[in-house]
Amino acid sequence: MIVKRKALNFWERLYLPAIIGGIKVTARHFARTLFGGKAVTMQYPEQKWAVPPDYRGAPYLVRDQEGHTKCVSCQLCEFVCPPKAIKIIPPGPAGQLADRPNAEKMPAEFEINMLRCIFCGFCQEVCPEEAIFLQKDYSLTGLSREEMIYNKEKLLELGGTHGGIQKWKHKLEEAREQENFPVKS
Amino acid sequence: MGQFTLFTAVKVFVAFNLMMTMVAYVVLAERRVCAFMQDRIGPNRVGPLGLLQPAADGIKSFFKEEFTPAHVRKIYFILAPAIALMPAILNLAVIPFGSQIGHQPMVLANLNVGILYTFGMVSLGVYSIVLAGYAANSKYPFLGGIRSSAQMISYEISMGMSVIPVFMLVGSLNLNQVIGYQAQGLLSWLVFKQPLAFAIFLGAAFAETNRTPFDLPEAEQELAGGYNIEYSSIKFALFFMGEYANMILASAMMVTLFFGGWTLPWLGLDQPAATLSGGIAHIAIFLAKVCVFLFGFIWVRWMWPRFRYDQLMNLGWCRFLPLALANIVVTAVWLWLRS
Repeated sequence: MIVKRKALNFWERLYLPAIIGGIKVTARHFARTLFGGKAVTMQYPEQKWAVPPDYRGAPYLVRDQEGHTKCVSCQLCEFVCPPKAIKIIPPGPAGQLADRPNAEKMPAEFEINMLRCIFCGFCQEVCPEEAIFLQKDYSLTGLSREEMIYNKEKLLELGGTHGGIQKWKHKLEEAREQENFPVKS
Repeated sequence: MGQFTLFTAVKVFVAFNLMMTMVAYVVLAERRVCAFMQDRIGPNRVGPLGLLQPAADGIKSFFKEEFTPAHVRKIYFILAPAIALMPAILNLAVIPFGSQIGHQPMVLANLNVGILYTFGMVSLGVYSIVLAGYAANSKYPFLGGIRSSAQMISYEISMGMSVIPVFMLVGSLNLNQVIGYQAQGLLSWLVFKQPLAFAIFLGAAFAETNRTPFDLPEAEQELAGGYNIEYSSIKFALFFMGEYANMILASAMMVTLFFGGWTLPWLGLDQPAATLSGGIAHIAIFLAKVCVFLFGFIWVRWMWPRFRYDQLMNLGWCRFLPLALANIVVTAVWLWLRS
């Protein structure tokens, strides 16, 4: 397509209309921002943007609705983690038992190195217990590398409670029902 | 003699520090003003209203790694940023920034050929950019340097020609007498007597200071920063300071030549001050006028796009130069008819 170029008239060739237009636009924006407080800038640490509901931030461990650790130390997340940010120390044969009925174990220690974590969400996807979730934190700061390795306590505290599926509760109910199986009528 | 040296030393110290402070704050002003024009806020964290930002900038540029690439020509590489700030500082010597305090004239050197000295120093400014482009030994800085040299040469001629009518009217090259000529009321300001000369000088000043719309030597979009690509740390900051110091000096020159310098046509402020407060008021008037021009420089930068290279040369050689020459002839004829 050929665009017809209209020849500029004398007034336009003086650049003046363009200059005046530029002055008008910039002056308007200048006054509006300076006196009208119309700046689009968000004053970040004081103001924060609303995080969308399905945002994938930092992964934290969650507790179930009764306050028990959901993680059963299966280590699937540790194996799937692409940057190898997760380190789990299982309780071992003589270790501490799980803090809830019907679960065999819980991790003795669970660490996520937030400097390595890429927020990919594989741990959440692979977890059979729905014990780890990517949550809404996106700005993790610390003064040392050690501080950026989050341990189990910290992860559980940050993670909060998550009902989700209640697999073990249902299993327990099932087992109890099994005991009374021949329903006494 | 000893007293003269002492007073001059004090004046040099004060004027130099004042200018460097202004350089720092013009950078801040530029950042804030451009932010407002782009609906942003700009640096507002360091100190109240961000007023300590220049200090933070200075500390940062001193402590950054100073990297010298292996392929540069070392001597010129070091020389170029050193030269960048020099012309502006040297030019400061002849600018009458106030009338007098006590019996001390508020000018460092009351040269009879002030304007010639100014032009001589201004044309040294191009060396830092050309040297930087040459020393960097890589293509973008080199292109920036070439552009700068061509641009400076063409605009310096127009600039020189544009002020000749001013001196034909005043009859002296001494900047104090230029101001004295303009002290006879608002309409004797040379911007009203020689508007064309002022327009050409203004355009040429933008080109001389490498400011938009004539900032071709650095042209971030095409040349990725131009002549200063290879520089880091305080060397880069020196180029930056040089640019802003040149802006201040160009503004001071325009105020002196066309806008009555430190005078105001009201309240008897057009005569050299007899009292201390009057002397300080004159300095304040001068600085206020300079600040208006600096705001203009900043505003223009965030308003207009850059000229294309051929348009720039066309404007310089085919428009400004003939107009300036015609202006000289017209002024000469007018003066001849009047005499």
